[in-house]
Amino acid sequence: MASNGKPKLALYWASSCGGCEIAVLALHEKILEVADAFDIVFWPCAMDFKEEDIKAMDDGSIDVCLFNGAIRNDDNEHMAHLLRQKSKVMVAFGSCAMEGCMPGLANFTDREQMMNFIYHDSPTTDNPESIEPQVITEVAEGELRLPAFWNTVRTLDQVVPVEYYLPGCPPEAKWIEVAVGAILSGELPPPGSVIGADVTVCDECPRTKSEKKITRFYRPQEIIPDPDICLLEQGIFCAGIATRGGCGALCPQVNMGCRGCYGPNEGVIDGGARLIGAIGSVIEGRTAEDIDAVLDTLPDPAGYFYRFSLPHSLLRRVHLVNDNGRNVAQPIKEVPRLDPSLNE
Amino acid sequence: MPEKNYSEINPAWEGRKPVIVGFLCNWCSYRAADLAGTSRFGYPATLRDIRIMCTGRLDPTFVIKALREGADGVLVMGCHPHQCHYDEGNYKAMRRMALLRRTLAQLGVHPDRVQLGWASAAQGALFTETVTAMTERIAELGPLEWRDTIEDIAPRTPSPEIEEVAHGK
Repeated sequence: MASNGKPKLALYWASSCGGCEIAVLALHEKILEVADAFDIVFWPCAMDFKEEDIKAMDDGSIDVCLFNGAIRNDDNEHMAHLLRQKSKVMVAFGSCAMEGCMPGLANFTDREQMMNFIYHDSPTTDNPESIEPQVITEVAEGELRLPAFWNTVRTLDQVVPVEYYLPGCPPEAKWIEVAVGAILSGELPPPGSVIGADVTVCDECPRTKSEKKITRFYRPQEIIPDPDICLLEQGIFCAGIATRGGCGALCPQVNMGCRGCYGPNEGVIDGGARLIGAIGSVIEGRTAEDIDAVLDTLPDPAGYFYRFSLPHSLLRRVHLVNDNGRNVAQPIKEVPRLDPSLNE
Repeated sequence: MPEKNYSEINPAWEGRKPVIVGFLCNWCSYRAADLAGTSRFGYPATLRDIRIMCTGRLDPTFVIKALREGADGVLVMGCHPHQCHYDEGNYKAMRRMALLRRTLAQLGVHPDRVQLGWASAAQGALFTETVTAMTERIAELGPLEWRDTIEDIAPRTPSPEIEEVAHGK
């Protein structure tokens, strides 16, 4: 507690887009209640505190730290350790800190391939001197340092222990209020809990649902969907059947299939595997050829199933093979097909 | 059946042999495995078989978890088409396995490591043939060792100072 008796609150962003910060501001006038109730000691996005201020604090003196963003480089990791040391309660705030989210898609490749594409091979890159970011650069004024980029993106709980998780990309204001309310009242759920709904997105989606039999998938630009019928039944990929609700099914209500940002429901080990099971049971076809024909209309299945959760999934990333001491990502390019002998 | 020296096929097997986790359906393939046993058909001791009631019960999580925990391959076997005890569990398995293999390929798991097959309760010989063929294929592909991928450590950093920062000291 601060000398004014208010609990101390820290907010930090690691590898993130800034959307979670906007989600906090989406509390609108309630943000004033938060500012009244807490003594905000660190919030790089909105207030001028420095890392040195945190270092000067006693261990465990911050009551709650809302940490958003994935762990992508050594600076992210360092700040996660520092804030963990100074905080009593660590909250993985938003999908990046909880499951890896968009930064986690980098786990479909590796550091070197990514650097090559971004700084050399992408069609819009003009880099005649082949300049790449260096961790340390010597200049006349001294040494400049950039964070060192990791090969694999990790979630917050893969780096430091985490008490609570707040899912969503970004978390809806309603659930931030629930979390803040629980902290203020002291009525916190058991450590390790996800602060969120216990239903799926389908439960909250107002569209009419009947038996699902998918004969082909459509990408959003290929179809004008019926506004009242379940999107999945119309062949539009929707992750709502295996995704935690709480968002109010915002995406399906504007004709866009659920992306899966709230992650899996309670008790699910691997959200992507659950989606494979769910989608696999609603497609049509009883022969190898028919099934493959349906699946050919769903390009990039791993991207759909692990869009938000790759670093927190069971496999965590693309397989790495050792190439002269370096860990290199090695996906299989060829699309596997079912053996026609399975028809007999 | 005498044990093969798998390191002759692929030197990466030095000191160990392939591990295949098998999910066999109660009504057909598990009985085919039983029949193979009572008939004294030999096959490589690479399969760790797990009985499930139906291949339709197979959650893709089981397959992924087996690969993560150290299996080099996963073999799922059920009843032939039109012969599922629950009418269409095997069709569901076929669709899910098709989707799972496509997903796993994108994550770098060779599709031959995750196979689906059928064997009726009378086909003990087919069961042993399937396990033998899959073992040979996995032997060629080499060990999967997913733990090494999970434990991918940060690339070597250029100075001890940064190493120190990276580990929060």
